[in-house]
Amino acid sequence: MAKKESTFLSMVLTLFMVTLVAAGLLGSVYALTKEPIRLAELKKKNEAIQVVVPGFDNEPSQEVERIFMDGDSLYLYTARLGEEILGTAVETFTNKGFSGEFKLMVGFAPDGSIIDIAVIKHAETPGLGDKMEKGKSDFSVQFMGKHPDSFNIAVTKDRGDVDAITASTITSRAYCDAVTRAYGAFMESQKAN
Amino acid sequence: MNQWKNFSKGFIKENAVFVLFLGLCPTLGVTTSAINGLGMGLATTFVLVMSNLVVSLVKNLIPDKVRIPAFIVIIASFVTVVELVMRGYVPGLFDALGLFIPLIVVNCVVLGRAEAFASKNTIWSSLVDGAGMGLGFTMALTVLGAVRELLGSGAFFGMKLISGDAMLLFILPPGAFLALGYLLVLANMIKEKTS
Amino acid sequence: MEYILIIISAVFVSNIVLNQFLGICPFIGVSSKVETAIGMTGAVTFVMVIATLVTYLIYQSVLIPLGIVYMQTITFILVIASLVQLVEIILKKISPPLYQALGIFLPLITTNCAVLGVAVLAVQKDFGLLESTVFAIGNAIGFGLALITFSGIREQLDLLNVPSRMKGVPIAFIVAGLMALAFMGFAGIV
Repeated sequence: MAKKESTFLSMVLTLFMVTLVAAGLLGSVYALTKEPIRLAELKKKNEAIQVVVPGFDNEPSQEVERIFMDGDSLYLYTARLGEEILGTAVETFTNKGFSGEFKLMVGFAPDGSIIDIAVIKHAETPGLGDKMEKGKSDFSVQFMGKHPDSFNIAVTKDRGDVDAITASTITSRAYCDAVTRAYGAFMESQKAN
Repeated sequence: MNQWKNFSKGFIKENAVFVLFLGLCPTLGVTTSAINGLGMGLATTFVLVMSNLVVSLVKNLIPDKVRIPAFIVIIASFVTVVELVMRGYVPGLFDALGLFIPLIVVNCVVLGRAEAFASKNTIWSSLVDGAGMGLGFTMALTVLGAVRELLGSGAFFGMKLISGDAMLLFILPPGAFLALGYLLVLANMIKEKTS
Repeated sequence: MEYILIIISAVFVSNIVLNQFLGICPFIGVSSKVETAIGMTGAVTFVMVIATLVTYLIYQSVLIPLGIVYMQTITFILVIASLVQLVEIILKKISPPLYQALGIFLPLITTNCAVLGVAVLAVQKDFGLLESTVFAIGNAIGFGLALITFSGIREQLDLLNVPSRMKGVPIAFIVAGLMALAFMGFAGIV
């Protein structure tokens, strides 16, 4: 087959065809992956809720409250066992991480004390900032059972009560920022109800 | 052409990272651990193979003057495919690689192979070339990732080998430059020995 | 104040080259002379600021309303590629001296990941129009700072007796590592 000549019409037509085919391909791949992406995100969310407010028998991801704060939304999920409220899982964020934004799920007991914290999404450095994840270090353990009124959520360098991860003060600060924001949202929703 | 030679050149003789110095941004950016390097390498390999295949298929249908924009559209489409699939099936890895997945589209290796190889060769050769270059790139990223992980966090593919911290510097940004610099010195020494 | 913080953070704290690893190819490739480094910086600044502005507008006014955010990568790279062509044509017409100075660098910029990277980051960070522009300017300055300083060091390096196995690119990477180490000193100031 001979090489096609570069006339104006052939150039415009070719680019148009290439783009059309590309758009068609992407549209169908998008349609195919839409459901898996939604499920993957839902699964991550449910697993995090399971960790931070364990023992519920309802579907917390269906009982959502949205609170707008610092330019983005926080989501509050209520966990119940029968009629009793076990606690609230708050999906919170921070933009101050070492690699930008990350998201946490913070579980609060009805009295406002922290049950547990899980990381939903992050891009922090493996071996450094990712020690904030449960199981990679004891960093998140120090928050368990603490009440933000008596436990100052800030790293010790900022005169708080949180021991920062070694060499990851920025990540630790961002983590505290996200937890504080979660507590703010939790209090706001308590006041409203 | 000898297909085995065509395939294996990507590993040593024309390795994208160690010899041609192409695709350096993801090489330095995501290699904080071996598994991240491997994931990034495989994602790039997929794009490389697919775009090489399509470019060599349509090479005679595309007028010369709009060649580059057409190639870019083809590459960008496959990058988006990788992006969507990774978000659906390996969301953790996708979050860790972050910005560098969409940036595969400007990886000089991919456009470079499309322009220099696939637009002039047969479909089969282009396929082999893409796979070889891609896997060579993957190898380079995995090696660099493994070295940085080993020195920086004392682990190998996520398995802790020592307790406590290692030389943290190597998983921080300066460590990326230093580790690659010394690996290149090592590559030069090997080259001298063999020739 | 907020804008000053964005600039300081982009130039020093998370320097686009030494901390974010974007634009490494020109950083290693065109840094052997200070003069070319300055030319490259000029061209990148030009394209980066306009590209961020245009991609921001397209993202907000086309991709979001149509619900096709997944077309982001393909749209952005096409915008950047056509923008580079357009800038080349316009410069040739209105300012031949500037074209003479930047012309040879322009084609290289389409595949400079710093430009696409900054455009994507600005959208990811949910910046407004003015913030995005300031962010792009800050990153361009950061790119220039890293590239020009680095080329100064490399010019000096040429005069030294470097072990043969380290000559050229390997020693360049090691120098870049030391520079990145110095820039880490800025971590946490914002």
